[in-house]
This record gives sequence, structure tokens and C-alpha cells, in this order.
Amino acid sequence: MSDPSKALFSVQNLEVRFGAVRALKGISLHVNKGEVVALLGANGAGKSTTLRSISGLSRPSSGDIFFAGQSISRVSSSQIVRLGIAHSPEGRRLFGSLTVAENLRLGSCTRTDKAGIIADTERMFALFPILRERHFQLAGTLSGGEQQQLALARALMAAPKLLLLDEPSLGVAPLLIKYIFAALTELKRQGMTMLLVEQNIKLALQLADRAYVLRTGAVALSGSSEELLSDDRVAQAYLGAA
Amino acid sequence: MSGFEYILQQVINAVSLGSLYALVAVGLSIVFGVLKLTNFAHGDVMMVGAFTTVLLIGVGVPFIPALFGGIIASAIAGFLIERIAYRPVRNAPDVTRLLTSLAVTYILENVGILIFTSSPHNFPLPDSLNESWQLMGGAITFTNINILTLALTLLSLVGLGWFITKTTLGLGMRAASEDMSAAQLVGLDVNRLIVVAFIVASAFAGLAGVLWAAQAGVVQPQMGFTPLLKAFVAAIIGGFGSISGALVGGFMLGALEILIVAFLPDAITPYRDAIVFSLLIAFLLFRPGGLMQPNREIKL
Ligand SMILES: Nc1ncnc2c1ncn2[C@@H]1O[C@H](COP(=O)(O)OP(=O)(O)OP(=O)(O)O)[C@@H](O)[C@H]1O
Ligand SMILES: [Mg+2]
Repeated sequence: MSDPSKALFSVQNLEVRFGAVRALKGISLHVNKGEVVALLGANGAGKSTTLRSISGLSRPSSGDIFFAGQSISRVSSSQIVRLGIAHSPEGRRLFGSLTVAENLRLGSCTRTDKAGIIADTERMFALFPILRERHFQLAGTLSGGEQQQLALARALMAAPKLLLLDEPSLGVAPLLIKYIFAALTELKRQGMTMLLVEQNIKLALQLADRAYVLRTGAVALSGSSEELLSDDRVAQAYLGAA
Repeated sequence: MSGFEYILQQVINAVSLGSLYALVAVGLSIVFGVLKLTNFAHGDVMMVGAFTTVLLIGVGVPFIPALFGGIIASAIAGFLIERIAYRPVRNAPDVTRLLTSLAVTYILENVGILIFTSSPHNFPLPDSLNESWQLMGGAITFTNINILTLALTLLSLVGLGWFITKTTLGLGMRAASEDMSAAQLVGLDVNRLIVVAFIVASAFAGLAGVLWAAQAGVVQPQMGFTPLLKAFVAAIIGGFGSISGALVGGFMLGALEILIVAFLPDAITPYRDAIVFSLLIAFLLFRPGGLMQPNREIKL
């Protein structure tokens, strides 16, 4: 089940430096098709850096990233989206002065299949009905929870084969967090492959099949969600580094 | 001349001047949006457009095609400036980029002086455009070039409005102005967007340059300096990087300058530019994000 060489996506000995700081010290992980994998760890552990380097925003100093059998560590960000990796970033990073509709449109900017784009927009409205209501409103005027839904929808509009999610619960009211995770569960049921960064360990492990726990730029633990839910060391990894 | 007619005449003057400032300011704002760089060479791109038009008219090309020739020349100049000068320093510190922008200005101006000398050349505006209209028994005067300026300004601004709200490229340009990383994450090709931004901004500079020179009746290599400074003030008033802000700022500045000259005591008139630049300093100190974006920080 977990043979890295057959995985849809894998990261091998990934190292990322910011000047003298080694933010990632050679991590390896993989995600199989249809799997949801959680990436956990304390603040500053390197979770966002991992996702950003997958999307080509930070370049690895060594190691490699493979997607669908191809190395993508030197590929441009826009090409990575075209290959099928979409990224819903930490803090949502919507285009606040553009409308909901325009944000969704830019989410699909790498696609040319008009009919597919229209169908996917409808799918997004079915998944997140509030976006239909707010269609012509500026994204910057939405509430935190609404913005998070738009951020997810914008990423999904790229019709990805792999969805990277960075803290979808950040700045979202508790009731809406439940709602967003219900939507993610529905996406999983439909077969979407996801790599999920999340501070809420319990929610993340309930959704994910497997998880990796990062600690100061290295994989400290990994295993199935059931194993990790009952493992004290997961909580310790959070206490360990701040 | 009655008070009403005098006021109407000044309104016409204000709109006419404001539309030129707006055209230049819009281009500055577009480039600032995507690169967070004050493109001082923008004024020299105006000069390229104006000289090209003069040369084309000189070899017998009619005014309107010559105007488009000037716009195209400016667009090409902007494209080359981005490719040759700005792209290599895109990720360099702000000071480096600012100095690069100043260097490009000096190079272009001096090339202009080498070719055309620094003395003013006559702008060969066809007589038909110099023809003036008198309304209300001669109380109100405007020329065909005034009308053409306003018409072309409106037309180009409507076109720009369509581009930035209806096309993926235009929306992408605005998205990249707001958040470059997020733009990359949705898969926008940032290199392409920056090139498009330069071409569009420089075409606007070209249009503004030709119209400015046509109204002034002269062209010279340093002709871009004053409009650049004024457009900079206009862009700051509106909110640097905001295209709608640049428009509002441009027309407001035009109105303010005419107000100072036409309605305040003659003793104040010589201080027009001093007042304008004091306004710039006041905005930078107290409202750096301009009218449209009150909370934004700005850096040159
Ligand atoms: N652009 C950058 N320049 C310098 N250091 C950086 C940069 N981005 C991240 N770092 C450093 O890399 C380390 C990992 O940061 P990262 O944002 O990946 O952590 P994280 O696990 O996502 O944390 P959080 O839970 O707070 O989001 C941190 O020490 C951070 O300070
Ligand atoms: Mg993070």
C-alpha cells in the first residue's frame, strides 16, 4: 500500500535553506492516489515550507520532488499547477480587491476546457453555497470562514490531481471549521488526493489516512491515523519545538 | 466674459490637463502594481513615443497613424526596458532597483540628446488639429487637439477598464499586483504578466507623450520629466498601484492646478508647483496609501 516509488507524489530527502537556516533537513514523504495525508507539527516545524517548495515558491537546496513519475523541483509554479497540483495557502491569500467570481476564474486560469470550467464552478457552488450568494462581492469583504471556502474553491477550480491544503481551519469560526472539514470529507469520498497541513491534530487525523509529524525540519514520526491518534509522541512533538 | 463662462472654460482646461496626468499616472501605477517599482523611465518612454510621431509626420505619415506609430514605439521601448534592465534585478534589494530605474532614465535621455540635441523641436501638428472652436460668442475656446486628447483618453481608459475587469490577463495583472505569490499559486505566468503590464503601461505613456507634445507644440529629450513628476503626485494622491486611484488622482491634480492658476490671487500663481509638491509630501506623511487605499504602506 505504501510503496513510495509507485506513489502519485513523493518528496525525497528534501532540503530547503533560507540563508544559513535549514528549514527542511532532508524530509521524505509520499502520497498515494486517492489518499489523504496529514502533515503535522509545531509552529515553525517546516510544514508550510514543504508545501511552498512543492508548488515551486521555494527551491530545494537538495533532494527532489516527484509527481506522476516526473521530477518537478525545477519546474515553474504555473507549470506545476498545469501538471495537476493546486495549493490553498496558509492565510488564504485571496485577491481581496477582486470579486468571488473573479477569484474563481483565476483559479481556473491554467485550463482551456470552457465546459469543464463552467461545470466545476457549479460544483463549487454546490459544495459551498455561500459562494453563489457572494458571487459579485469583493473577496476582501468576506468573513474568515467564507474566505477559507473561497480559497478551497479557488484551488479546486484548477481541477487538481493533488490538493495541498495549508491550515484550512486558521482564522475560521468553530462551527465553520466543522463545515469545511465536512466538505473535505466529501472531496475525499469523491477520490481527491490531498496533502493536509493542520494545527488541529484531531480533526486532521480523523480526515487523513496517514500522517507525518515534522519536528524542526525533519520527519519525527509517521504512520496511519489510528496509530498516531493513540500515540503520545504526537502531542510531544508539538510541545517539543516552538 | 461672464463668471459662468469663465468657470466653464476653466473646467475644460482642468479636464484637458487632468486627462494627460491621468494617462501618465495610470501607466506608472500599472508598473508599480506588478513590480513594486517606481519606473522613472516612464517619462522617457513618453519621449520615445513623441519623437517617433514627429519623425513619422516628418516623412509624410498623417497624424493619426503617426500617433499609433508613436504608441507602438513606446510599447516596444517598455518591453525592452523590462527585458534588458529590470528583469535581471527583479529580486534585488529595492535600492538597486530604484537606481536601475534612474540609470535607465539617464541613458534614454542622453541617447535622446545625442540624436536630437537638447533644444526643443517644433511639433508639426496639422493645421486641422490646431483649429479652434469658439462657443458663447468667443467666451469659451478649445481646439481640435483638446477634443482629440479627451476622446483618446476616454477611449483608452474604457479599453483599459475592459482589459482589467473582463480578460484573464487583466484580472491576472491585478491579482499579481495584490499578491505575487498567490498569483503564482493559481498558476498565473508571472513573467508574462509583467511583460504585458510593461507593454500596456508604455503604450499609455506613448499616447500621453504624443498628446502632451502636441498640446505643448514642442518635443525635447527631457520632455517627460515634468509630466512624470506630476503623474507621480497624482498616483500617490489616488493610491499608488491602484489604477482607478491613478485616474482619480490625475483628474484631481489637473483640477487643482487650474484652480490655483485661474481662481487664486495672481501672487500665488508662481507657487503652483510648490503647492502641488507640498501636497505630495503631505500625502506621503499622513496618508501614504492615498485616497483609495488609506491603510497601505508605500515604498519608492
Ligand atoms: N522566507 C523565509 N525566510 C527565512 N526563514 C523562513 C522563511 N520561511 C520560513 N522560514 C523559517 O523556516 C522555518 C519553517 O517555517 P514554516 O513556515 O515552514 O513553518 P510551519 O511549520 O508552517 O509553521 P506554522 O505552523 O507557524 O505555520 C521557520 O523557522 C521559519 O522561521
Ligand atoms: Mg505554516
